[in-house]
Amino acid sequence: MLWLLFFLVTAIRADLCQPDAENAFKVRLSIRTALGDKAYAWDTNEEYLFKAMVAFSMRKVPNRETTEISHVLLCNVTQRVSFWFVVTDPSRNHTLPAVEVQSAIRMNRNRINNAFFLNDQTLEFLRIPSTLAPPTDPSVPIWIIIFGVIFCIVLVATMLLILSGIRQHRRKNKGPSEMEDTEDKCENVITIENGIPCDPLDMKGGHINDAFVTEDERLTPL
Amino acid sequence: MAGAPGPAPPTEGGGEARPAWDNKLQYLLSCVGFAVGLGNLWRFPYLCQMYGGGAFLIPYVIALAFEGIPLFHIELAIGQRLRRGSIRVWTTILPYLGGVGLGCFTVSLLASLYYNMVLTWVLWYLLNSFQHPLPWSACPPDLNRTGLVQECQGSSPVSYFWYRRTLNVSADISDSGPVQWRLLLCLAASWAVVYLCVIRGIETTGKAIYFTALFPYLVLTVFLIRGLTLPGAIGGLTYLFTPDMRVLQNPRVWLDAATQIFFSLSLAFGGHIAFASYNQPRNNCRRDAVSVALVNSMTSLYASIAVFSVLGFKAASDHGQCLDRNILRLINAFDLPEQSISRDDYAAALARLNVSQPARVAGLPPEACRLEDFLDKSASGPGLAFIVFAEAVLHMPAAPAWAVLFFGMLYSLGLSSMFGNMESMTTPILDLGVMARRVPKEALTGLVCLLCFLTSSCFTLRSGSYWLEIFDQYATALNLILLAFFEVVGVVYVYGMKQLCDDIAWMTGRRPGFYWRATWKVVSPLLLLTIFVAYIALLASSPPGYKAWNPQYEQFPSQQGKPYPSWVLAACALLSFLPTLWVPVVALGQLLTRCREKTRNPPQDGGLKPRGSRAC
Repeated sequence: MLWLLFFLVTAIRADLCQPDAENAFKVRLSIRTALGDKAYAWDTNEEYLFKAMVAFSMRKVPNRETTEISHVLLCNVTQRVSFWFVVTDPSRNHTLPAVEVQSAIRMNRNRINNAFFLNDQTLEFLRIPSTLAPPTDPSVPIWIIIFGVIFCIVLVATMLLILSGIRQHRRKNKGPSEMEDTEDKCENVITIENGIPCDPLDMKGGHINDAFVTEDERLTPL
Repeated sequence: MAGAPGPAPPTEGGGEARPAWDNKLQYLLSCVGFAVGLGNLWRFPYLCQMYGGGAFLIPYVIALAFEGIPLFHIELAIGQRLRRGSIRVWTTILPYLGGVGLGCFTVSLLASLYYNMVLTWVLWYLLNSFQHPLPWSACPPDLNRTGLVQECQGSSPVSYFWYRRTLNVSADISDSGPVQWRLLLCLAASWAVVYLCVIRGIETTGKAIYFTALFPYLVLTVFLIRGLTLPGAIGGLTYLFTPDMRVLQNPRVWLDAATQIFFSLSLAFGGHIAFASYNQPRNNCRRDAVSVALVNSMTSLYASIAVFSVLGFKAASDHGQCLDRNILRLINAFDLPEQSISRDDYAAALARLNVSQPARVAGLPPEACRLEDFLDKSASGPGLAFIVFAEAVLHMPAAPAWAVLFFGMLYSLGLSSMFGNMESMTTPILDLGVMARRVPKEALTGLVCLLCFLTSSCFTLRSGSYWLEIFDQYATALNLILLAFFEVVGVVYVYGMKQLCDDIAWMTGRRPGFYWRATWKVVSPLLLLTIFVAYIALLASSPPGYKAWNPQYEQFPSQQGKPYPSWVLAACALLSFLPTLWVPVVALGQLLTRCREKTRNPPQDGGLKPRGSRAC
């Protein structure tokens, strides 16, 4: 008689947890993708931990503080590793509504992920969307900082060039009275005879004898 | 036209000497920098890929030999001989041809406007590359944080960053939208950098060119070495360079090769004339022309090897990810253990499952993953740099460093071309003596830069990229071909072949041989005319339209083809012909002036026949 009851109970419980059952969720883990060499094997102990995490999440929901680990049923564990789970009420006859389970898992998703060293992509709850992390925008976008640096450098360099140009211009305006001599201009003038330019005095080819010509003293100063 | 007298280059009276290059290397680097631009990186590899890989080199080399090098030699020779910018050169040869110089000036102006806008986009990407992870690596979450932004999920994070976060492009060209302040800031910075480098003409560009002309080669080498060591690169290179000789039967290939050489060498802008005018009078311009043209073509090849190796890596990586997605689908559907199917086993495993459970396999369905499909995905122009390459950089370890290098290289490539464009504008203005002597050169270049900045701010509107395409296609292409035709005909037939050969013999020490004379007299003008006619036929054959980025389009993320509205078509027509209109306008103006002079002062002695008197 007792055995019959036992089988009946397990049969009912088995009915509650089935693929595509009402209020059941499929979970898929990708342990090897996440951890590589440090991947652990999925065994009954890990399943126990999973049931504990789900029960923990449910206990945080008001009115469900009495959820026990035994109320969480797992079934159809495959090699993938994937399985289905449901959460039953204390009477173990009905499953809790999917909406409650969904919101409970969403609130504690981070804790569940961390328990298994996984993240939202490697521990998937199908039909339970995860909340996206808010974008981490710095207060000042980086491009503005770099733009400011470059622009300041360019402005300073431009100012320096303009100022040096003005200074050169002023020096040249003070100086032209000493440079009236046409000898200085010979390298700029190309004399033309019969339409053929004469080869100008090739200053680059010749040598300047400094004994005779120095920069400032072409003419003896008056 | 044997009566044309040898023109006397006017002496530099009064103030300063004509500026000169510090050394020959500066001049060569400036010419190379002007010729080598963004097109070498993102147009030539695309053409190679579309037109049968290595087979494209055949029409390319032929075009280089019969069109590129002869035209280039003429520009350098005439600039060096007459020592003037493009406008005065033509008024010196024949006053009626002054319009050619003005046309070159206008085309340079239009080109500067949109070219610097492209550099602004590059600068924007460069500024955004200094962060990890790169902003185009992932989709941002939407406003209520329930999912990712819809537009991004529908296309890809890279496309989203380009079309939405950079351009904020509108769905239609008539919808201009507001000015994008981010792009406007970057545009201001871009013009500030150009002003800084061009502020004193070749005195400052000559120093800047050492960096901007050589840095791209350094980065290309780094990318080449890195690219060749990436998995899948060699496969990409062999696939993309394998010649397919059948494409040579398509006349479009020859047209594209000719136009590519033409635009790649930056001919008919007047920039090379300006650069050569600062040379010593006795300089071997023939050797310069041949060497710069060859360096330009070699750079194109070098760049395509680097680009193809990275694209090959990207295709292999995408193919691998496609396979991985399929494998994951299989594993999830059949609850097989993780990582039980490797990429090599995939096909066999799929076949096995298809035999045992065909119904479930049919319900999946896996996407088709063929490596050739990924390799065939080609792009040219901004699409290559800002979408394809930006995505390729994401796959490399230390992605921000590679992104900084890549966009820095693009920026300096474009900047050295901008120097040529600016010189082709400022040199003629200075030579015309329009500005008073007292106005310093810094003020003149500042004024030009400011005017260009204000005008090109229209490209920062939401429809800016569509307008840029219009400028790129219509403002420069036809005008340059026509102007080049007038250039070669003007120099060879008006200035005189004999005079030209004498000048070149004086400058370089050797008369031009049969090859030069034949190409100048016959081959190049004919080629240019053919290209012009073919180009017009091509433009006329397809109604002008554009591809719009419209998130509401049914086939999004494909771009929606739209025709241009009539007012835009009018603008296209205006852009296509306005610069060349200077030629007849100036010729007519000269004719009228001479006629009026002649009627006012009839000739005193019968021997002297002033020009243009025939018409009156």
